[in-house]
Amino acid sequence: MKHVVRLRIGPIGFRIGSQWRGPVAALRRLYAGYPEPEGVCDFTVRLEAERPWRRWLRPSAAIRGDYVLPDAAPLPLAQGLLAAEMGMNLQMALGQKSYLLLHAASVEKEGRALLMTGHSGVGKSSLAALLGERGWRFMGDEFALLGLDDGLLHPFPRAVSLKNESLGLFDGMDPDRLGPVLTGTPKGRIRHLRPNREAVARMGEPARPVLILFPRFGRDLDPAVREVGAAEAFMRLTQASTNYVALGEPGFDALTRLVGDLPSNAIDYADTGQAEALIARLWAKA
Amino acid sequence: MAAFLYAADPPETIRMVDLEGLTLLYHRRSGLTHILAPPAPQILAALAAGPAGAAEIIARIGAVFEVEADDPAAAIAARLAELEAAGLVWRT
Repeated sequence: MKHVVRLRIGPIGFRIGSQWRGPVAALRRLYAGYPEPEGVCDFTVRLEAERPWRRWLRPSAAIRGDYVLPDAAPLPLAQGLLAAEMGMNLQMALGQKSYLLLHAASVEKEGRALLMTGHSGVGKSSLAALLGERGWRFMGDEFALLGLDDGLLHPFPRAVSLKNESLGLFDGMDPDRLGPVLTGTPKGRIRHLRPNREAVARMGEPARPVLILFPRFGRDLDPAVREVGAAEAFMRLTQASTNYVALGEPGFDALTRLVGDLPSNAIDYADTGQAEALIARLWAKA
Repeated sequence: MAAFLYAADPPETIRMVDLEGLTLLYHRRSGLTHILAPPAPQILAALAAGPAGAAEIIARIGAVFEVEADDPAAAIAARLAELEAAGLVWRT
């Protein structure tokens, strides 16, 4: 690969190569201050032209790497940053064997972690990013890594992927921490936000999970809290995990311990202020 | 009662964790996870002592667990059918 960047995000080392300068330059800027991995990288992502001539003619980046989805559509080069992020997610989702991977956001306070999971669009990225600016340590908005042996949550603080309406919540942010606005992506309008210095500096510090939340955002929703039973939490978290089945019994043990030890709640909210109030209430009891 | 016996995998080949009245079961041979409600885990526990017919299963369960149903035999038969469909018990 002509252009390469090596990044460590939490315990994971990535090597991202591209035939074009643009995506790697954008990654270097977005991930300024992130450390390089020590030794061999865990995963490689390659952004390549789908056909040789497509490197110049209507260039579009196909996502390749150690693990590949054969029918993943290439993205226009203008969305190269998104392609790189998707490639990193893909390698984690398909190749991660050391941790139970949960599609979840997490934040930490005083060594205790809050885990928030749910489908795309429930607002977990925005909530984690906002909390990360308001006294919590941001640990990740996309994947939470549950240690199979220690039961700890390990940070994976990649750049936050802000989508559509949530972009407005971060207008006042230091522009140096924001990536370009990407329009017309498969997920609509996207802008990346670099986690703050604390999140990056402490990316090697795991935390003990103490509360699981299943947030749901909707403009018409009244704020509400519902306790979620351990078996339901287990089922929802298996659905939120990309490698639960692949891990076998260690994954089963890690997840049953997690849901058996922690309270789980579903929360409905119509704006982030409501969510913060509900979280503060539940956190005080956790 | 039918003449066949039901059998289940030996306890060391499964892992069961109780969570709030339900039981999560990891089946090592298939790698599948099952969520069971009573009396399904009790049926599997009863079969740990060896294959048994439906009447014997009810007797074994009755020694340690009260089946809350108007017709325990029908309830056990229904759970046995579900466990059989899930591949956790089979007829010998």
